Amino acid sequence: MSEKVAKAATRDAYGKALVELGKKYEDIVVLDADLAGSTRTAWFAKEFPDRFFDCGIAEENLMTVAAGLATCGKIVFASTFAVFGTERCYNQIRQTIAYPKLNVKIVCTHSGITVGPDGASHQTTWDVALIRALPNMTVLVPADAPETTEAVKALVEYDGPVYMRLGRTPSRVFYGEDYSYKGKKQKFELGKSMELRPGKEVTIISNGIMVAEAMDAADELSSQGIDARVINMHTVKPIDEEAILKAAGETGAIVTAEEHSIIGGLGSAVAEVLVRKNPVSVEMVGVHDIFTDSGEDVVLQELYGLKSKEIVEAARKVMKRK
Amino acid sequence: MSTFSPELIKDLEEKARLFRRLILEMTFKAGSGHPGGSMSAVDILTALYYHEMRVDPKNPMWEDRDRFVLSKGHVCPALYAILAELGFFPKEALWTLRRPDSILQGHPDMRKTPGVEMSTGSLGQGLSVSCGMALAARLDKKDYKVYCMLGDGEVQEGNIWEGAMFAAHEKLDNLIAILDRNRLQIDGFTEDVMSLEPLSEKWKAFGWEVVELKDGNDMRQILEALDKATETKGKPTIIIADTLKGKGVSFMENKVGYHGRALKPDEMEIARKELEIPGFEVS
Repeated sequence: MSEKVAKAATRDAYGKALVELGKKYEDIVVLDADLAGSTRTAWFAKEFPDRFFDCGIAEENLMTVAAGLATCGKIVFASTFAVFGTERCYNQIRQTIAYPKLNVKIVCTHSGITVGPDGASHQTTWDVALIRALPNMTVLVPADAPETTEAVKALVEYDGPVYMRLGRTPSRVFYGEDYSYKGKKQKFELGKSMELRPGKEVTIISNGIMVAEAMDAADELSSQGIDARVINMHTVKPIDEEAILKAAGETGAIVTAEEHSIIGGLGSAVAEVLVRKNPVSVEMVGVHDIFTDSGEDVVLQELYGLKSKEIVEAARKVMKRK
Repeated sequence: MSTFSPELIKDLEEKARLFRRLILEMTFKAGSGHPGGSMSAVDILTALYYHEMRVDPKNPMWEDRDRFVLSKGHVCPALYAILAELGFFPKEALWTLRRPDSILQGHPDMRKTPGVEMSTGSLGQGLSVSCGMALAARLDKKDYKVYCMLGDGEVQEGNIWEGAMFAAHEKLDNLIAILDRNRLQIDGFTEDVMSLEPLSEKWKAFGWEVVELKDGNDMRQILEALDKATETKGKPTIIIADTLKGKGVSFMENKVGYHGRALKPDEMEIARKELEIPGFEVS
């Protein structure tokens, strides 16, 4: 990538979208757990102080207050860092949000390694695995800022519990501000993936910040004479089985790429479909069952093999098993 | 000082007696459940549903209804008995308790049981849920109240104190918590397992109005305490109700052994005599 690439933080897109949607939907209520400045819910709080509540450094309280509001018809957004918004209140999410299928949108920022120098205590690379295991939950990992904006709109329209995973640092932008791709306006649908690049020999299924790496990898593979398809799987649950099976049938080899542990995340979700319905070979690019260290996200991406280089290697490897 | 007529008191007491019998019968039929705590809480629940709260069994989702959250979800047999008697669902459902296809699950499920406001059973969560409901009332400018029943062992959960801080911070005076202080939890007496005292002082320190209810199984005292609780302005109120676990059946009273098991046939025989109700039959 020689030209300067546009970057934006998904959390900024979230903060802006909440303010816009707050004007239209009076039932939107936003909660945070003392991280409103960082999650960008502070922007909503400034605009609509009566519909924002800080629940304190108390994530169990955050999720259960959210559940109570949702029973009374509110569209509740509950935000904090991913590590706290999943792990410190897992049973609360399970008992009072997922089980009764309440309209709570858990939108967590600073996920994965993007929280960076704060280190292992603040990095979670298994949040998707945790929430995906809960019945009734929808799980989203948008690829970039414009997609995040569209996802927030879709969440408001959808009546049910959702977990959405956002990052801290600005990440590469693929879509136009109006969610156009290659000049064509796209439609964001929960559970419906998007093919960003056609290909016949191998398919890279990715989400979040790894979509950018997948696109770079496809370029590199192309220069090596390999025709790779790239799919943006923004919804991990419900997973787009149709697109996975189509890719398996047409390309015969799959690489998954996620900024998350390979245990229980996107790779697992894809594999769960394939082993039952069309067991083609799969390689998974992601974090390998470790607590990650402190460091800037770009450094950590190199350190833990979350770059296009590893995706290219995985593609070559998996193609040999065809 | 009481303005409650002897007829009202008698009527509520008779209802509570019926509910005690139903609690034992339904858990006996199910072969499991939590009768002990149900018996300590049932007088308060009877007062709430038959005197205090604004509910409509024909319209369980009525927007202006008072909300009740059973945070100590395991005592749902008491709640189920009352909801059935009020007509939220057919009484026959009571005899399907804890079966896979039943609308009455082992712990409350708001999606299956009409009149149940929140799915509970994992302790410590109902108070903050109630805070959310109380906030919604304020946002929607509605005058409904939110009542939340807590177990005493339950307040060992951290989530309770997070909710306690939040309710006081938000000045939720439309929230009334009732603590069923029967002094027993699964492993023994609360003060042996994990001391709770001084309990009133703790809640006061957290910014709550505390109403001490000396005998939480005495109907007149319960009504008086509920009246007092609704007068509070600018802060949430908790009624700390001293109760007796297993209240109403001699051999169950103040015994931890009846927390989480149904009565055996010979025990049931004695209990039926003690809670004899003319014309009662398990239909």
